[in-house]
Amino acid sequence: MNILVLIKQTFDTEEKIILQKGIINEDGVNFIINPYDEFAIEEAIKLRDLHGGEVTVITIGPERAENALRTALAMGADKAIIIDGEDQDLDEYSIAKVLAAVVKGREFDLILSGNLGVDYGSGQVGPRLAEELNIAQVTTITYMEINGETAIIERDAEGDKELVEVSLPVLVTTQQGLNEPRYPSLPGIMKAKKKPIERLKIDDLDFDDDIKAKTTVMETYFPPKKNAGRILNGDLKDQVTEIANLLHSEAKVL
Amino acid sequence: MNFLLSEEHKMMQKMVRDFALNECEPTAAQRDEEETFDMEIWHKMADLGLCGIPWPEEYGGAGADYLSYVIAVEELSRVDASVGVTLSAHTSLAGWPVYKFGTEQQKQKYLRAMAEGRSMGAYCLTESGSGSDAGGMKTKAVLEGDEWVLNGSKIFITNGGYADTYIVFAQTNSDLKHKGITAFIVDRSFPGFSVGKKEKKLGIRSSSTTEVIMENCRVPKDNLLGKVGEGFMIAMMTLDGGRNGIASQALGIAQGSFDKAVAYAKERVQFGKPISSLQAIQFKLADMATKIEASRLLTYQAAWREDQGISYGLQSAMSKLFAGDTAMEVAIEAVQVFGGYGYTKDYPVERYMRDAKITQIYEGTNEIQRLVIGGYLLKD
Repeated sequence: MNILVLIKQTFDTEEKIILQKGIINEDGVNFIINPYDEFAIEEAIKLRDLHGGEVTVITIGPERAENALRTALAMGADKAIIIDGEDQDLDEYSIAKVLAAVVKGREFDLILSGNLGVDYGSGQVGPRLAEELNIAQVTTITYMEINGETAIIERDAEGDKELVEVSLPVLVTTQQGLNEPRYPSLPGIMKAKKKPIERLKIDDLDFDDDIKAKTTVMETYFPPKKNAGRILNGDLKDQVTEIANLLHSEAKVL
Repeated sequence: MNFLLSEEHKMMQKMVRDFALNECEPTAAQRDEEETFDMEIWHKMADLGLCGIPWPEEYGGAGADYLSYVIAVEELSRVDASVGVTLSAHTSLAGWPVYKFGTEQQKQKYLRAMAEGRSMGAYCLTESGSGSDAGGMKTKAVLEGDEWVLNGSKIFITNGGYADTYIVFAQTNSDLKHKGITAFIVDRSFPGFSVGKKEKKLGIRSSSTTEVIMENCRVPKDNLLGKVGEGFMIAMMTLDGGRNGIASQALGIAQGSFDKAVAYAKERVQFGKPISSLQAIQFKLADMATKIEASRLLTYQAAWREDQGISYGLQSAMSKLFAGDTAMEVAIEAVQVFGGYGYTKDYPVERYMRDAKITQIYEGTNEIQRLVIGGYLLKD
């Protein structure tokens, strides 16, 4: 069984975000594998160990993103592909197009990716790629079992559980609760050095459509600081009047 | 010259850091209080390949370097110095002499089992009457047919009771004093071998420290380590590397105390502002951080020298001396930053302070380190 895993390198969740002239400063920042993608890697390794085949991890990003691939290889993935983003302005639409171009022509039964990235949190790339490839997709999965050509999947449906049966190939996005990602073992880290990483450039890929981003980021800013709550006192009728006034003048929602 | 860790070292550092935080920290205070050794942690370290970091794959090791090993001991000790010393004694004091002086057969049998974490190692040099003066040991070994018969007892044995493989030093010819000492690999299953009293300690309380007793303990001739009379040399050379393991442990204790002190200083508000804004605290933190960085450079350098095949005895003695003193000083200052709260068991810094003390004592007291350093400096 051939499994592809889409991963992204993100800020360590412990890092403080520093904005400089509207751009997020990356200096001295510690990068990690997007935590939701770790579930995808772990599930892929487990399925490979059970059914055989190969696990390929794929990322788009700058050179530093190669470290995320090495960690995935140290955990037990077999090979990796990095697509150099070349500082191009890529949004979810373009990233899905790029990934589709990379994946088309490769054999796969299953594609896994994190349910969302902890940085921008769009949760779009997985579903968009499934559409591009015209294959089935199941999002926010918390359990999966493969029986021959079908997968039995449990997914998190807004707090409820939904049981899905789907035929392969399928793209799934992974949710917390699916598994406990392993630590990369020291022998795994040593072996990762020797595992192959394929390096691709966007220019080397063939596209049917324009991959230019469909969205533009107008401004990046911090959410306003949350003030302490206020408890209104006095006559109930006065309180109602006051809250209505506040909603109008301060919160500006009325 | 390059002071940056490689990507592999960083990856390994992160792995051990995550492991220590997730698997050791939650129970560290309780294990300290109850003096319990947790075999579960040991088994998990074995699964991650941490029990034989610097040994080649052919002996079951991870095939990594000594720098990786000291980083691992540092990261473990940053959270729990008891776990740190368990790995340090196992690797430096039991694995190393078998790797350096063992026969191929001994390596396949004992080093492999230790590297894979199927067995734990311990080092038995100290006796009740001989500490710094190791040459004055009383434990005797006499050859009877195909077996050596050992009699005597050893104290303060790290990993005692949990270890399976004990490197034991005994007199085979007392007329020759330290030149009559011989090293043996003793399996805990050998007849006449037993584990004695367990020490109740000030610090590193969840590591096991016991007496081991040999009463007509019969050791097969094949388990002689090195040659007859080489024991003292093996013991001292083993300690050369072991010291850097303790330096790493001390470094971890210092870094762990410092991290806690910084976090607390930023949080604790007095006189209307966090105490970290007070110069009295900033000066303390600056001194702590500077000494920690110097300890780290000494420790990593000694490991790097061993990896390069360059002499490292002098550097190990220096790293152990400086990192040990730094750990003690930094841990005391960390308690000071915490004030009254630091003196209670509600916060971990008192544990770090108790744990730090031993790093100035074992594997050669810091007085002995100065003696060793002096010896190197004045050697003709």
